[in-house]
Amino acid sequence: MTTTSQEVERPQQRSQLSQMRLLGLVSRVRELGLLIVLLLIILVVGIQAPRFLSINNFEQILLSVAILAVVAVGETLVILTRNVDLSVGSTVGFTAFVTAYFFKELPQSNLLLGILLGCALGLVLGMLNGLIVSFGRVPSIVATLGTLYAYRGLVFIFAANTTSQVNASDVPVSYLALATTQIFGIPALILIAAVVAIIVGYFLHASQSGRQLYAIGSNPEAAQMIGIRADRLVFGAFAASGLLCGLAGVLWGARFATVDATNATGLELQVIAAVVVGGVNIFGGSGTILGAMLGAIVLGTLENALNILNISQFWLQAIYGAAIIGAVVLDAFITRWLQRSILARRKNV
Amino acid sequence: MKQFIALLKTWEALLVVLLLISIVLGSVLSPYFLSAFNFYAITSNIMEIAIMALPMTLIIIVGEIDLSVASVLGLSSVVLGFLWERSNSMTLAIVVALLVGIVAGYINGFLVTKLALPSLVITIGTLALFRGLAYVVLGSQAVSDFPTAFTNFGFSPIPGTELPWSGLIFAVLAIIFAVVLHFSRLGRQLYAMGNNKEAARFSGINVSRVKLWLFILSGLLAALAGVIFTARFSSARPDNALGFELEVVTVVLLGGINIFGGRGSLLGVVLAIFIVAILQNILGLENISGDIQNLAIGLLLILSVLGPNLARRIQVVISRRRLAVGSSRQV
Repeated sequence: MTTTSQEVERPQQRSQLSQMRLLGLVSRVRELGLLIVLLLIILVVGIQAPRFLSINNFEQILLSVAILAVVAVGETLVILTRNVDLSVGSTVGFTAFVTAYFFKELPQSNLLLGILLGCALGLVLGMLNGLIVSFGRVPSIVATLGTLYAYRGLVFIFAANTTSQVNASDVPVSYLALATTQIFGIPALILIAAVVAIIVGYFLHASQSGRQLYAIGSNPEAAQMIGIRADRLVFGAFAASGLLCGLAGVLWGARFATVDATNATGLELQVIAAVVVGGVNIFGGSGTILGAMLGAIVLGTLENALNILNISQFWLQAIYGAAIIGAVVLDAFITRWLQRSILARRKNV
Repeated sequence: MKQFIALLKTWEALLVVLLLISIVLGSVLSPYFLSAFNFYAITSNIMEIAIMALPMTLIIIVGEIDLSVASVLGLSSVVLGFLWERSNSMTLAIVVALLVGIVAGYINGFLVTKLALPSLVITIGTLALFRGLAYVVLGSQAVSDFPTAFTNFGFSPIPGTELPWSGLIFAVLAIIFAVVLHFSRLGRQLYAMGNNKEAARFSGINVSRVKLWLFILSGLLAALAGVIFTARFSSARPDNALGFELEVVTVVLLGGINIFGGRGSLLGVVLAIFIVAILQNILGLENISGDIQNLAIGLLLILSVLGPNLARRIQVVISRRRLAVGSSRQV
């Protein structure tokens, strides 16, 4: 081949551009695929049970995933950095119990004060996770498996010294209204989840720290080499996850009204299922908030469909497990196919 | 003398000290602690965890993890109950329950080795899947009318001793595991795989086949633990041993097995098993509930990794300072 250097450069640039396009395409295909799955579920279930298709039922589905979605936003931040937060269920349980107890003891107090209390408690628990992982150098799976049980133990100690259960009749109506208010005809719970998702999604997409989170997850060594402070960002991701768990806990207490020390047990599995089904790569580095939200909505729709079709709720956990495995297997295949096709393109140039 | 000091500095020596401290603590706190019956209670309470910790040790040494063990235990327990209720044959029920464990382990191993996926994520998925299947098999009911011969195996000690039958099973298994890990070619290969997977493969070890068999072994022994658990409580319920994976991972890491693979001894794990068993027993004698006991186990898990990490960091800082002092003197 006799070509000048200029002619060689052009196809190389073109191939890099096409690589970028390919990557963008895959993430869009992944989200599009989820939408198709969602539509299929709606179609199949809708034919068998027409009441599944009512507006009211869709509102119910969104309501049931709203709190999960808030937690999933935080979990996405953590998973993007190639870590995982298993303590989310216990953190939500802890903050829900403490917030509900606060309103039971001080029913006259300002609503905002209780919300801030719950968020602050979540933030502290998240920061503790972050400290152990990024400065104590304990792998996140070990650290947060430990705090999953430690935080739950703290809830039981707190409950043993105060009250075993907070009932709906114990807390002021204004707190419960947090979950039932409607703004412009849309339940506040859904709006809160949407606002959280949009803010964090924009931050991830547009801010420097947001892009750096992706960099840490996709190539930790390279990220360190160009001067990204991985320690601080991982700490920040865990702190943010804790903060959002705190907010979710406040909402949990308002929505379910009756709260005991075991509330939100096992939530971590649902959250991780939603996030990885939504196409956030469990090895970090790729995925979007929009995807995670779609994942949560798909699982919520599935749960609602089981209910409407009168299929035993006992299948739910098995389905969550299968969904996690299925999504991880699918992502692995996509990644390998992508690498192979990029390599093939390079060879062709 | 130097060798003696080196021996004192090992993790196992630290564990022996911890074990002695916890025994002294227990006997000071409660007059019931040193009774023969309490020895039986301590041992039989931890044996399911101890049996599952043996294959977990090997799996973590080769650089993987199996978080689904407690769910396999639960699944095999409900399969046992389900089949006993319908077939009235204990032999059939036990054999199928163990087979379920082998299949569950094979699924984990297949996904991890054949599809080259991370065990951490896969076994979080199967943790939910196997536990979910346990609920599908039995729903919210429980089977509890097991034959006396079976429940006696769970309830009563070996005649003439204070040792539970499960303790004997564990002792035999632990000796086999220790011999294989520390005195055989296969054992050295396991450490090699954990230290450097590539080098291990190039030196002719079939890494993925060994790992596949380790996951199958883990499933089988988790199912065996399920049979023992069912006999001990005379009850097959889908939520049996919920969350036990925490304790299994805790005893292995506290036993000095490096979470990144390649280091640690089985002796350490056996010592850690009894330390955790005694601590739980003490908390139980002090009327502290299981959920709060988990707080202690969770902290122990974090500390067993955090402690050595911090110690290493402090050592690095001290040696740096010494170097700095040394070089400034030279100037």
